[in-house]
Amino acid sequence: MDPSRAHPAEPGASGRPPPSGLDAQEIDLAITPLRDLNAALHDVGEDGPRRWRVLNPRGAHALAAGIDAPIEVDVEGHAGYYCAGMNQLATVRVHGNAGVGVAENIMSGSVVVHGNASQSAGATGRGGLVSIRGDASARCGISMKGVDIVVRGSVGHMSAFMAQKGRLVVCGDAGEALGDSNYEARLYVRGAVAGLGADCVEKEMRDEHRTELGELLGLAEVEGCEVSEFRRYGSARRLYNFHVDNAGEY
Amino acid sequence: MPGWKPGLRESALFGRDTIHEIQRAAREGIYDIRGFGAKRAVPHFDDLLFLGASMSRYPLEGYRERCDTDVTVGARHAAKPLQLDIPITIAGMSFGALSAPAKEALGRGASEVGTSTTTGDGGMTPEEREHSRMLVYQLLPSRYGMNPDDLRKADAIEIVVGQGAKPGGGGMLLGQKISDRVAEMRDLPKGIDQRSACRHPDWTGPDDLEIKIHELREITDWQKPIFIKVGATRPYFDVALAVKAGADAVVLDGMQGGTAATQEVFIEHVGIPTLAAIRPAVDALQDLGVHREVQLIVSGGIRSGADVAKALALGADAVSIGVAALIALGDNSPELDADYAEIGSAAGFYDDWHEGRDPSGISTQDDELAARFDPELGGRRLANYLRTMVLEAQTLARACGKSHLHNLEPEDLVALTLEASAMARVPLAGTTWVPGA
Repeated sequence: MDPSRAHPAEPGASGRPPPSGLDAQEIDLAITPLRDLNAALHDVGEDGPRRWRVLNPRGAHALAAGIDAPIEVDVEGHAGYYCAGMNQLATVRVHGNAGVGVAENIMSGSVVVHGNASQSAGATGRGGLVSIRGDASARCGISMKGVDIVVRGSVGHMSAFMAQKGRLVVCGDAGEALGDSNYEARLYVRGAVAGLGADCVEKEMRDEHRTELGELLGLAEVEGCEVSEFRRYGSARRLYNFHVDNAGEY
Repeated sequence: MPGWKPGLRESALFGRDTIHEIQRAAREGIYDIRGFGAKRAVPHFDDLLFLGASMSRYPLEGYRERCDTDVTVGARHAAKPLQLDIPITIAGMSFGALSAPAKEALGRGASEVGTSTTTGDGGMTPEEREHSRMLVYQLLPSRYGMNPDDLRKADAIEIVVGQGAKPGGGGMLLGQKISDRVAEMRDLPKGIDQRSACRHPDWTGPDDLEIKIHELREITDWQKPIFIKVGATRPYFDVALAVKAGADAVVLDGMQGGTAATQEVFIEHVGIPTLAAIRPAVDALQDLGVHREVQLIVSGGIRSGADVAKALALGADAVSIGVAALIALGDNSPELDADYAEIGSAAGFYDDWHEGRDPSGISTQDDELAARFDPELGGRRLANYLRTMVLEAQTLARACGKSHLHNLEPEDLVALTLEASAMARVPLAGTTWVPGA
């Protein structure tokens, strides 16, 4: 496996309580500008603090975006758009809700949202893990390219639209047009699916799928869900090369 | 006219091209897809003329007096704006659409004359980064290959909202051009048709885009200029919204803008001509008080120094070329006429860039064909062509008494047709009349 796409070796996806203030670098956004926070997170190097707590985030956008270091960041409240965008290596935990595009284009590491996530969670992500403890809105995992996304609640419409690679696990229900124009992403849904998108079909759950689903649930520390309760969905691959007889699918 | 004899009258409505297309559609059941740009005649820079200096204007000496050409792009918010020596940049063209040696040649040619080149819908290759002194990294709806490492390596970021060949449409790269390397870069299986999205996955309007730009600035520590590229449709509003969203520069691509692969119906029937788009775009910048602060880069059918000078005279800060750059590299060369004939085309007509069979080795992913293209020679040809365009533009500017290309102005121009006069808002030649003014 490409190391850049690996999940963190330690249980960084954990929802454990945030590190105490004694051993974490605290940044209070009521006092410190966001620019200073992100600049500090970008400059941690090998000797900088490994643990950070962000206080009073108050829905700020682009919180902890662009980190490229194996650090842990706890956001103590709600985050705005694009929290932990393009994350590399870091573990970012949002102890609240997250706005549009949380962990968009994540490359590696993990992002945990303890509340709900707005639209386009994990959009275009290429690696790592996005764990959402609540619900995720529309377009969760849109155009995902290798990321794993585990949603403990439900996802909105058009989730995994044009998904290319990776796995999306939904412990609740999925909205309309799930997996529309999906390429090779694997989708697991425990609850009801309101509707499948173009070229998305239910597929057989084989042992390899049960194994990987179990691993994903474990990584995201999901309890109370059995692998046997999920159904698998993926691409019928009818639209991979244009054929006039399939024009109605477009 | 082959086959014609007295008494045979061709229909203006159902000409041979139209008949051929109806028969092709009936046979194949799918719209025609091709590369290149619009081939229909629309009002363009050829319909404008410079007046030059005479009794009431003072010209500058050719070859002796200075006529500067430099332009700074992106100083509005970025710590490191682009410093271009010439106001002609290379437009975004993807690795995938183009071969790796062709991308390298674009970088070589652009760097030799001090200008920038641009990635495309497929990510950044090491070859183009290595050979491009200034490289603009595109953020497209597909986000193929998008990663923060390349964002940080880039000299500027271009958010592509649309392009002139297909405003409102997504990208297309057909299966025959999806090599192992292209497939890996785009995280997709080899050999399938790639249908890029037409909308971005994580923002839906200008208010969201403003936040997206903020994120990109945070990720890159406010170092990189951020451009927004739009296809020319409603330029006044699009440019105003781009400024509002925080763009450092706006790239405005007219309907003649090139494409690697798009439906013919899209190429020829959507968007407005480049000539018609510039003045409304400049109006928006002027109304917001940011003309020259937010640079306007115009593309779509730029072929010569005359086109460059006219675009700048109408208010652009720079132009961008795509199709013309490929022709300079060797695309459609008469030397390859026999090869073009083998694939059912001819030099000067070849536009099946989507098929990957380009005998010039430019628009292909076939290793054997790509190996026919010499990136050093191609780079030199491109540099020669860019230099020629700059010299031509300087010649015209000096004749109008301008010591910098940016000093050209609408007052230096007249129009040959009513349409061009109305679109460019310069008088019909020999009159003081501007239709609609």
